[in-house]
Amino acid sequence: MNRFLWPLIGFIVLVVLLAVGLNLNPREVPSPLVGKPTPAFALPRLDALDKTFSPDEMKGKVWLLNVWASWCVSCRQEHPILVEIAKNKAISLVGLNYKEVRGDGSFDMDKISAESEKAMAVERASAWLKRHGDPYALSVLDLDGRVGIDYGVYGVPETYVIDKAGVIRLKHIGPVTPDIFTGKILPLVAELSK
Amino acid sequence: MTNSTSPTKARRGKGSQRFLVVWFLLAVFHVFPIMAKEAESLAQDEAAEKRLVAISSELRCLVCQNESLAGSNAELAHDLRREIRGLIQAGKSDGEIMDFMVSRYGDFVRYRPPLKGSTLLLWFGPGLLLVGGIGGLVVFLRRRARLLADTPLSEAEAREAARLLDNDGRKS
Repeated sequence: MNRFLWPLIGFIVLVVLLAVGLNLNPREVPSPLVGKPTPAFALPRLDALDKTFSPDEMKGKVWLLNVWASWCVSCRQEHPILVEIAKNKAISLVGLNYKEVRGDGSFDMDKISAESEKAMAVERASAWLKRHGDPYALSVLDLDGRVGIDYGVYGVPETYVIDKAGVIRLKHIGPVTPDIFTGKILPLVAELSK
Repeated sequence: MTNSTSPTKARRGKGSQRFLVVWFLLAVFHVFPIMAKEAESLAQDEAAEKRLVAISSELRCLVCQNESLAGSNAELAHDLRREIRGLIQAGKSDGEIMDFMVSRYGDFVRYRPPLKGSTLLLWFGPGLLLVGGIGGLVVFLRRRARLLADTPLSEAEAREAARLLDNDGRKS
């Protein structure tokens, strides 16, 4: 009896470990930024290029920072949910437009000047928001992706929940699904807003 | 007549060969302008580029997770190499550059995770398994040796053995 029991237990332990391991999502890298203050930035606003936005302006509010781009396919997937979130007005949503022109991959950046890159980004991003709806209180342009690097962005879309003190409380990588919104983001926002 | 056609055929063959060679050379050299950009930055500061390669080989590209930052051609890898190049030029040490990356992307970006509480099992797990395996094997072999300890033959068994051996000897 004992002779078969131990190999069987070993086998079951191995199967459980493999099952757990195979069901983990390797894309979900725990962010070291959770629990840390938002990295500072001052980026031009999409709606008014001469004005900048910086996260400090949101102090005292619970808000979401959503990283998006018009070339990002999964952004289109999550977009209706963001539009829905924006309707209830309880949560401020700020968009970080990530590498609108460079990230597209279909342009030769050597042939595009900084000025025309900016103009192209505004045109493309605005057109996209017009077509799919604009859920953002405002969007900022991160043309070269440097702010994205400070926020540890590596796969657009990404969404950050930031508390009243300006501390990142949650980072969600990939499109926000209704389940994730109602199950994770909304309860957290409600708790932080207390 | 049949003979006179063959030289022309051969000449035509040579012509198309030459065309192929030219075409091939064009195809090969066409690539160089594209590669020139990386080569240029390498030429500017060889020592810095060597450091860049050394550091980025230790880092994981987060987009293609099985590639190093040095080897990846993903957009983000390009950006991060540019960032690291900037940090090298700013005179940052390798440790500071590592911290820059880890503070943004976590320990996951390092191919060699640091030794700390949460990674103890990762570092010493294989050693523990090895020690455990050897220990288990030793216990198993000892127990088996004890079970197979010599027990002297009874008289009847000895006689039977002798008979068999004898029998065997006669046959051969």
